[in-house]
Amino acid sequence: MFGFHYKLERNAIGLVVAVIIAASIGGFVEIAPLFTIGGTVEKAPDMRLYTPLEVAGRNIYMREGCYACHSQMIRTLQDEVERYGPYSLAVESQYDHPHLWGSKRTGPDIARLGGKYSDAWHVAHLTNPRDVVPESKMPRYAWLARTLLKIDDLGLHLNALQTTGVPYTGEMIAHASADAFGQATPDDASAAGVSQRYGEATQVRLFDGDARTVTEMDALVAYLQILGRLSDVAYAAADPSKVE
Amino acid sequence: MASQLTRNERLLGMAIALVLTASGVAMAAAGRGDLLGTHGWMIAVLAGAAVIALMRGLDAPEPDPGRLNEYYDAPTKVGIGLTMVWGVIGMFVGAWVAWLLVFPDMTFDAPWASFGRLRPVHTSGVVFGFGGNALIATSFHVLQRTTRARLPDQLSPWFVLLGYNLFCIIAASGYLMGLTQSREYAEPEWYADIWLVIVWVTYFSIYIRTLKRRKEPHIYVANWYYMAFILVVAILHIVNNLAVPISLGSAKSYSLFSGVQDAMTQWWYGHNAVAFFLTSGFLGMMYYYLPKKAGRPIFSYRLSIISFWGITFMYMWAGSHHLHYTALPQWVQTLGMTFSIMLLVPSWSSAANALLTLNGAWHRVRDDATLRFMMMAAVFYGLSTFEGSFMAIRPVNSLSHYTDWTVGHVHAGALGWVALITFGSIYAAVPWLWKKPAMYSAKLVEVHFWLALAGTLIYVFAMWNSGLTQGLMWRTYNESGTLSYSFIDSLVAMHPYYVARAIGGTLFLLGTLVGSYNIWMTVRSTVPHPVDATADLPAPAAPTVLAGE
Ligand code: HEC
Ligand code: HEM
Repeated sequence: MFGFHYKLERNAIGLVVAVIIAASIGGFVEIAPLFTIGGTVEKAPDMRLYTPLEVAGRNIYMREGCYACHSQMIRTLQDEVERYGPYSLAVESQYDHPHLWGSKRTGPDIARLGGKYSDAWHVAHLTNPRDVVPESKMPRYAWLARTLLKIDDLGLHLNALQTTGVPYTGEMIAHASADAFGQATPDDASAAGVSQRYGEATQVRLFDGDARTVTEMDALVAYLQILGRLSDVAYAAADPSKVE
Repeated sequence: MASQLTRNERLLGMAIALVLTASGVAMAAAGRGDLLGTHGWMIAVLAGAAVIALMRGLDAPEPDPGRLNEYYDAPTKVGIGLTMVWGVIGMFVGAWVAWLLVFPDMTFDAPWASFGRLRPVHTSGVVFGFGGNALIATSFHVLQRTTRARLPDQLSPWFVLLGYNLFCIIAASGYLMGLTQSREYAEPEWYADIWLVIVWVTYFSIYIRTLKRRKEPHIYVANWYYMAFILVVAILHIVNNLAVPISLGSAKSYSLFSGVQDAMTQWWYGHNAVAFFLTSGFLGMMYYYLPKKAGRPIFSYRLSIISFWGITFMYMWAGSHHLHYTALPQWVQTLGMTFSIMLLVPSWSSAANALLTLNGAWHRVRDDATLRFMMMAAVFYGLSTFEGSFMAIRPVNSLSHYTDWTVGHVHAGALGWVALITFGSIYAAVPWLWKKPAMYSAKLVEVHFWLALAGTLIYVFAMWNSGLTQGLMWRTYNESGTLSYSFIDSLVAMHPYYVARAIGGTLFLLGTLVGSYNIWMTVRSTVPHPVDATADLPAPAAPTVLAGE
């Protein structure tokens, strides 16, 4: 073996090829099979898509690096299930491009945050976390409520997501901007289309409490309120024997 | 710089810079009203400055043909300067985010100043800015010495070095403005990723072209590691960054993969960025500078073979240990754990190889802080790889994951290994490169060593304590069978450790500042050098027939 190596290290191309082969095997064996979806991702026929407003909110969540302090992945451990709710299933993030499972919990896991607090609580908390939770280490995001949401290009966003495999319809893409406006402006005529396209359970309301404008605060709160609620498969499929 | 290029190279360089300027302008035009446009302008201005610099040097005389009998070290010298600049920036932002967790209101109501945007500036600043520049700079130095051949031309090393720094600038400024793919260590958006691929292919071509011209029949160990670093980072980078931009006029893209496949791809990347960027590349550094500075050959050639192939093969299986107990299928988790434990063998082979090389030179380690930097780095490398294998065991990971223990582990490796081996190598290389008898002040190297060591220990101990406390509080039940502590209870318990960590980090930053000053003064010093310049020359250009070739 060392004799062979003695020859190999005199051959630059040989060394390059050997490195590429040695390094490729692991990733190939572990990643490729995950795409044969059947065994990896459960079925959730009732799962709905993110609305354009929620997509925008999710992008703000990424932009602000909320994922650096919050996970969205409840592990199959007893204390986590008790603290945060049923453990997360793969199917629940099937439309998450990219995933936001996170790796650090400076703040709590928020995979099942939707519905835990009122919109007003979120607005107050994001404006100054220490008003609501005095011990908090979370940054303030007061300027979100002052910043208008960019909604004119949301069709492009849905279109790109469709390219990656999310089943948005042409109609959803065409109405993306109007739907984003409507979801945060319940009195506007465009509000009706949102529940029509994304389901009756879609939350259409004034997330930031201000009817005049659609702000980044509206979008972020709309996203936080849907976390864990795209499907209830995790409650139905929870298997206590998997929890350690 | 332009005067060192041949006329043809100046012209080619200008053409490249012009194309880049034009691309910047095109991005600015297509991305009006989008942050892509802002980056377009930045690229146009920086590349435009390069055009002007080259144009002004266009009529300088052709460089002396005698240069071909010497190594080409100018890019390495600039690279070392950039390493220290990024080191100061990245560690300053690291200390800043550490203090933000103590004083969360230090954000001036400004978007760019919040933790979530600054944290990637820190991670990219230190990993890519500081670490990446150190790797590029030293790899050019080591490659030439170990092949006894000069770099193939004068232009491509500059393209790689400056192009790479352009990538770092785009990355860091993007995070501040809110551009991120939110993939850890792969946050830059699609256009920056494409640019990095171009730079990287050129980097690889320099390596291969120099190796082709080598005057030594054998390729030295350090180069195996540098090559693995270049090749595997390319594979990782391309696969992990596959994404669909929403339009060519927008910076925003959506990753091609979603959910569980995306998580696995990301951590296959993330873990191996640690393996091939922060380990393999720096092992290359260690395998050259440590024996050279100690004046002793590497302890065991066979151990270095075992360790090299072990690391290259096994690391790529280990990424899934970041996803224990998650929705990732369990067989992948088990594979990740198994390979992570096996990795201890090649890791410790390298650490042992380094320490045993020093055996017999301990008196020099005692007296020479530069060598002590490298020795300590090897010790921390051994410790943090042991810790890593341990944390990859599922039940251990159930406690450590999501807590500060991970952050402590990262910094045992990042400060103790990556930064210390870099400082040691730079302190060794600077007098050689600038042909000075020694560093400006041996005392200041000593001061830097103790600041860095103290900072690292305080940091790591603080995070071990906070991580364990956090992990245990989250899972403690009281007698009635309910959870004892709320999340907020655990958060409050972290406070003293966050203070300690911020102090430790600040000490480490101070050390880096001391080091930068010392390097600057060494470069500036006019002490006549009694160094034998003929000792550091490439093999004569006349083709010598080597045995067996
Ligand atoms: C520096 C780390 C940090 C960042 C960045 C951060 N958070 Fe937090 N977050 C915390 C901490 C700590 C808590 C717990 C204390 C509290 O409730 O404020 C928390 C709590 C929360 C909660 C309440 C969760 C619950 O179940 O009680 C929500 C919601 C939340 N954060 C949302 C966000 C969003 C949205 C962002 C990004 C805009 C964000 N956080 C960014 C640290 C952070
Ligand atoms: C002055 C010295 C440094 C300080 C004060 C510092 C501080 C920090 C802080 C506060 C974090 C965020 C931790 C959290 O989210 O809770 C962090 C993360 C990180 N730092 Fe540093 N750091 C320093 C040096 C370095 C160096 C030199 C490197 C690499 C070469 C590095 C690599 C990283 C990485 C990879 C992370 C992400 C860790 C993770 O996601 O688990 N740091 N650092």
